Amino acid sequence: MATHTPHSTLDALINVAGDTTDASMKTAKMPIGIPGFTLHEEERTVPASEPPVWPINKDLSYVGKPQERWDGRAKATGRARYTADVQLPGMLYARFVNSTVPHARVLSIDTSAAESYPGVKSVHVIEKLLGGAVLRDPTLEQNRYPIVRYVGQPIAAVAATTPQAAEDAAAKIKVKYETLPFVVDMDQAREKDSPQVFPGAADQAGTAGGGGSSASGVPQTGNVHGPAVHKQGDVEQGFKDADVIVDAHYTTQVQTHSALETHGVVADWKPDLLTVYASTQGTASVREELAAYFQLPMSKVRVITEFMGGGFGAKFGAGNPGVVAATLSRKAGAPVRLMLDRQEEHLSVGNRPSSDQRLRIGAKKDGTITAIQLISFGTAGCGTGAGCAGPASNLYKWATLHVEENDVFINAGPAAAFRAPGHPQGAFALEQSIDELAASLNMDLLDLRDRIDENPVRRVQRQIIRESAIWKSRNPRANADVGPIKRGIGLSQSVWYRHLAMDSAAEVRVHKDGSVEVLSAVQDIGSGIKTVLAQILAEQFGVPPAQVEVKIGDTNYPVGPNSGGSVTTASLTPAVRDAAWQAAQKFLASVAPALGVKASDLTLTDGMVRSASGKFQPIAFRSAAARMDTNQVSAQSRRIPDYDPRKYDTYGGVDVAEVAVDTETGRIHVKHVLAVHDCGRPMNPVAVISQINGGVIQGISYTLFEHRLLDPNYGIMVNSNLDKYKIAGSYEVPKIEVQLTESYIGQSSTDASGIGEAAGIISAGAAIANAFYNATGVRIRQMPMTPAVVLAALNQPKPQMEAL
Amino acid sequence: MSDHQPPHRELPETSSTTGNKGITRRGFLKGAGITAAGTALLDGVQSLQQEAQAATPKGVMEYGAEAFPVTLNINGKEHALHVETRTMLAEALRIGLGMTGTKISCDRGACSSCTVWLDKLPVNSCMTLAVDAIGHRVTTIEGLSTDSEVHPVQAAFVRHDAMQCGFCTPGMVMSCAALIERNPHPTERDVRVAISGNLCRCGTYPKVFAATLDAAGQHATKA
Ligand code: FES
Ligand code: FES
Repeated sequence: MATHTPHSTLDALINVAGDTTDASMKTAKMPIGIPGFTLHEEERTVPASEPPVWPINKDLSYVGKPQERWDGRAKATGRARYTADVQLPGMLYARFVNSTVPHARVLSIDTSAAESYPGVKSVHVIEKLLGGAVLRDPTLEQNRYPIVRYVGQPIAAVAATTPQAAEDAAAKIKVKYETLPFVVDMDQAREKDSPQVFPGAADQAGTAGGGGSSASGVPQTGNVHGPAVHKQGDVEQGFKDADVIVDAHYTTQVQTHSALETHGVVADWKPDLLTVYASTQGTASVREELAAYFQLPMSKVRVITEFMGGGFGAKFGAGNPGVVAATLSRKAGAPVRLMLDRQEEHLSVGNRPSSDQRLRIGAKKDGTITAIQLISFGTAGCGTGAGCAGPASNLYKWATLHVEENDVFINAGPAAAFRAPGHPQGAFALEQSIDELAASLNMDLLDLRDRIDENPVRRVQRQIIRESAIWKSRNPRANADVGPIKRGIGLSQSVWYRHLAMDSAAEVRVHKDGSVEVLSAVQDIGSGIKTVLAQILAEQFGVPPAQVEVKIGDTNYPVGPNSGGSVTTASLTPAVRDAAWQAAQKFLASVAPALGVKASDLTLTDGMVRSASGKFQPIAFRSAAARMDTNQVSAQSRRIPDYDPRKYDTYGGVDVAEVAVDTETGRIHVKHVLAVHDCGRPMNPVAVISQINGGVIQGISYTLFEHRLLDPNYGIMVNSNLDKYKIAGSYEVPKIEVQLTESYIGQSSTDASGIGEAAGIISAGAAIANAFYNATGVRIRQMPMTPAVVLAALNQPKPQMEAL
Repeated sequence: MSDHQPPHRELPETSSTTGNKGITRRGFLKGAGITAAGTALLDGVQSLQQEAQAATPKGVMEYGAEAFPVTLNINGKEHALHVETRTMLAEALRIGLGMTGTKISCDRGACSSCTVWLDKLPVNSCMTLAVDAIGHRVTTIEGLSTDSEVHPVQAAFVRHDAMQCGFCTPGMVMSCAALIERNPHPTERDVRVAISGNLCRCGTYPKVFAATLDAAGQHATKA
């Protein structure tokens, strides 16, 4: 830690936060760009209360340095307590009763046998279902119970003293259905005479993390909700201006989140407080939904998430498990654990929508894009959110754009946000078409992208790719290998956005014994935010991160961001740094009298308290803390707006995949991936790399294997466990090289961004498809690329063999 | 779960493998050998089968459908608890004994989150009846470390950041530690085989490979 410019004192703190009149502003020189490529300084006007500008990572002590996961030991030893592990005295175990039919009116529900079953303490029949789209005109359906729209829809629930008793009792609940015609195939659902999932127009509110769709007033015809149209310029003119047009059709399948910890809660309803342990990506979102649902003051709802076993976008709000468990707990007067089983997890709590995309791109001879037109259909089950135009709209510069996104309702569980919603689907199409465009223009793949992609970070990333061994080993001629196993290398780019959750706050405390702690309601969904918060305090106080106390995942602490859309690190870390800085100033004020100086004479850097006037030799932070005139000082801070909100940044990456295609069996082996990615200032590079590894692997899994299969005759999911729903495992993991482009944008006191969405899952599909083309000379426009799909593609009559 | 203790009795020496009052140990094993999902489980079951064949029928008990008392040897200690015949070892550990380090994720032998050792063999505890653990030494993730000392695999997992959400981690650690116990010099291929049944949705595999090789004292490429 070298080049901090300590200034600011308590006086500045008095006018803190929110106040942005000129008097409270200052200018600061900030590092901007990518070290080794484009690094320079720019001036920003920032609130005077902001801490000194951090230098780039190499000049910091803890931030930006590889750091062991703060809770790594707890996880590796099994001591980490997840929601499913919470055991409270007298706790009951709950089970849902789920619909066995895809579309029905529930006529009656007989719970008597369940209620009298030994060990049963409460039974609840659902009359208000959460999730999925709702009718614009609710009077179109009048029934006591929610209409069943998919197999696995929760109908009732039982809480009993043992899991076995709950399961046995749940099986004794008798549900009488009047079955209705159903449809689970998207193409069939688009037809005129298809059974209707809803009797009229239906919409779904958006969820945190980008799920659902907030477009309201969209037309609906039959099961087709859409199009949501977005137009800029005259796209027909754009195509007329084009020298080349590529026009193609792509399809992708439904993927389920399949977090290893299923959705669930432990709810403990007491007259004065509802405490809910939840496997969630947003303690704040769970509290909000429970308070609203039960009309409780928010102060009487406490949500706790100590550890959570993965969410990937599907775990926001209390949902049906949350409100049902709370209801069962209230009825029984005892805490209730309700964890979904694996089948329920596949069926009822979210998935990535499918897509069917027609993409046309027109370009000039020099590559300039004159027109992009995307017409997409996708199914989010009985919900919405299948739009996938993000990449087509935002990755490249175009003269005209015409996008139409359609949701097609089918009788299946509603989708949810899933890691970079819409983007893996959209990039699968766009990045293949861009490669095709390069081929028709006889341009190099990277040169074309240099021409049409304005993002400065990706420009550097392409340079890194160009110079990489893997890219240099690529034969630009497609289908060059003569044997049955053909090797190919391809690439794809990705884009994600600088979303922020402004409602992000933290408190930092300094104790007289020199211990420091940070408190925030934020939850760690596996990305490692605990470690990052510890690093920030370490940087401020000079205490090793492992010795920082991190208390998060509890709504008793200052409100935290809901972790979706890659917002957590970008949103919360500046608030934490600001709180740490302010706590440090308060700490200096608290020790100043004992040290015989004014607070303004003191600074705290590198773990030492120093006197500017040279009154005394630097003293270690801990020894100085012993001289505090109070047992504890603390400061709270919340996220302030980005320093230069006129600048809107996107993030992205470029991924290269090497595949071996067995043209006889149709199997694709991904051998090697080079992932070059941007997450602003990497706070803990080790954890960033872990997330990118994970995104790449999830992307490969999606591209090659995962497929939710619904039986058209019965409407059931035929592969609703993990044995039949294939997810990439140890054998399918390639060699993965990750390169971070450390990138500074001068937007906050930490200048950190997120990585969760952009981390490989967006680009894996297209990178593999482009590698497949390079290997075989054949385009594969369908996911998942199972052996059957591959063999069908290879048997196409005339493989094209043009050079790329 | 009822409080009264159901009758149980020793089977006569001539008893068939499946009694009509419940499932016997040998009867279950006969069937389980065919349904085993992963190689690790298969290993375990095969060895159990051999062991069952060698066991004296006198040791075989027959139980009814109600909960009954058993004693299980877990992490070197005898634990008394009540189980039903259908109670799986994973549930007995987690709910019966409050040892929640062992995770349940699929409950169907497809993810190995629930891996424990039966003697030294990694098995899916969601697919192992609690009664089948009687007479075996069960080792769980809790048994791999003490307050002051962790297993080399656990230490390496932390060093290499071989975890994200951490839900698969106890199972991964149990599989990798078992590998090292039986093969002190594994290759990366060996690690892949050892965890071929362990799912990690966060995708931490590359670091699991590196951590395990490192723990084994192999030359590991740093992640
Ligand atoms: S929980 Fe036992 S194998 Fe998945
Ligand atoms: S670390 Fe999350 S499932 Fe493996």
